Amino acid sequence: MGAQVHGTQEFNESKRAEIEFSDEAMATVQKLISNYPEGKQKSALIPVLHVAQAEFDGWLSPEVMDYVASILNIKAIEVFEVASFYSMFNLKPVGKCVFEVCQTSSCWLNGAEDIIKYIEKKLNIKVGETTKDGLFTLKVAECLGSCGTAPMLQCGASYHEKLTYEKVDRLIDSYKAEGKRRSYTDKDYKNTL
Amino acid sequence: MARKLLIQNDQVPGINTLEVYRAQGGYRSVEKALKTMVPDQVTEEVKKSGLRGRGGAGFPTGMKWSFLAKPEGVPRYLVCNADESEPGTFKDRYLMEKIPHALIEGMITASYALGARTSYIYIRGEYFYVARILENAIKEAYEAGWLGRNILGTDFSHDCYVQVGAGAYICGEETALLESLEGKRGNPRIKPPFPAVAGLWGCPTVVNNVETIAAVCPIVNMGGDEYAKIGVGKSTGTKLISASGHINKPGVYEIELGLPVEEFIYSDAYCGGIRNGKSLKAVVAGGSSVPILPAHLILKTAAGEPRLMSYESLSDGGFQTGTMLGSGGFIVMDEDTSIVKNLFTFTRFYHHESCGQCSPCREGTGWMEKVLKKFLNGTAQESDVDLLWDIQRKIEGKTICPLGEAAAWPVAAAIRHFKEEFLEVARSKKFVDISHYERLNKQYAS
Repeated sequence: MGAQVHGTQEFNESKRAEIEFSDEAMATVQKLISNYPEGKQKSALIPVLHVAQAEFDGWLSPEVMDYVASILNIKAIEVFEVASFYSMFNLKPVGKCVFEVCQTSSCWLNGAEDIIKYIEKKLNIKVGETTKDGLFTLKVAECLGSCGTAPMLQCGASYHEKLTYEKVDRLIDSYKAEGKRRSYTDKDYKNTL
Repeated sequence: MARKLLIQNDQVPGINTLEVYRAQGGYRSVEKALKTMVPDQVTEEVKKSGLRGRGGAGFPTGMKWSFLAKPEGVPRYLVCNADESEPGTFKDRYLMEKIPHALIEGMITASYALGARTSYIYIRGEYFYVARILENAIKEAYEAGWLGRNILGTDFSHDCYVQVGAGAYICGEETALLESLEGKRGNPRIKPPFPAVAGLWGCPTVVNNVETIAAVCPIVNMGGDEYAKIGVGKSTGTKLISASGHINKPGVYEIELGLPVEEFIYSDAYCGGIRNGKSLKAVVAGGSSVPILPAHLILKTAAGEPRLMSYESLSDGGFQTGTMLGSGGFIVMDEDTSIVKNLFTFTRFYHHESCGQCSPCREGTGWMEKVLKKFLNGTAQESDVDLLWDIQRKIEGKTICPLGEAAAWPVAAAIRHFKEEFLEVARSKKFVDISHYERLNKQYAS
């Protein structure tokens, strides 16, 4: 059962009972499973976890992982070992908008450190923290493939490139005004260059 | 004007749609292959073309295809490696985002050659929006009959799916990619068996990079012999180069292999020279894993020959004085760049991305990061340069997959060519603020 395999997080039976995909999410999940041959439904695990993370507040709780395991008919530990391996899965609650600032070579050469420090100051949080209103989480990321348009940050599905302090200001304002959760699975991505 | 075969139409409005792509001559390779060639003929043309894997290793594609086992009654798979994660590399993203049908067309033609009824495009999770673009293209292709049952009225049927990853550099290694595609952690497999024999779900599988698969289309269209005339020696055809760093015109450039490096850096047709009138200090020519070279060695070989953008010329002199073409991730650094700090960003990257399976890589990458941190916070001794050298020697060649080498080579090359700079930093005891890296470790620990 979940409680044993989910490390420090508590497993809550009653919370687990409440978890269920919306009809739309469930249809997406069924479509994903159908991409693989009969009996190979485990292959859909990573895509399904993305759907789950978007559906259940931006992170994968032990209860959500247990639920995903039941849908794919695999063990909870199989879900946890995958969720804990990949850096895009959050195993703790995060803000509605997670800013992931790239910091690898080309971005560093183009001033990523200054951008990180600027966002820290602007949001009054440090890397790895979430603002008190629960709106923003700041993270750093390794190379996101925007080296020619550095520095950059990712928020949900959107790539924001060629960052300047002014651009960061505008981004924060627009995400604030929107006030909604941003996920990797968003279809309405708004890349800015 | 240099010839372009992959992104010559990238500025045509609507080229991301099937209609415009087709009007520009798209999907001709599918027509030609399915209607006038048997599968082995397609493989033969790819062999003749001399095409080499564009993901980084540079292995001959036709040969890789010919290794594919074909037991009766067992499905075969083509898997596209779109996990582009090598720092400095963003060409596949550009190609897929601008001209998604170029990849879909290649997937169909290549699958026909390999006898694959089903193919998967494994794309890194961060490129979720690119996956959407590919899915739209696939939908259009199904509607127009380029995918699905009995394509063009032939016996060949094909289904193509996109799968997203979730943030793991290691999944660019082909066996880790297959593990991930099966819904597991991205731990590379021990080879043999190679994927050509036992790949996806134990079935014979070919894994090729995005650019490699897209290149199959022009090869089929013009014929392998014609393709092989482009380029120089065993470096045939064109290559997408991702140019970044301290240059005037960063971006993706399609070059004919054999272009002089000096022209690539300084010509306005390409990088447009070093930014702000500075001078060139060093280049990482093929993604973070390949050895860094100082200006004099990237422009000319040790023998004084002009260095060319080709597999052979870039590796001329071995690792003593040469490097590799790799993925074509071309990172340019100006005179003010700290080689030590740049190396720190690379080493931190490899430490973060090690899958943890092999001790030399899991522990060694962390040790190298720690030692490099000492250079940044002013506590390094001169002897730490030797220590760093020693650690990287103990990783190289001692791991299941090449991530070990990928982590060791940049360290070795930085010390080989810039040892004096390391010693100077150690002697100066200068403190660089790296406090946010400390906080970063907390993020990774959570």
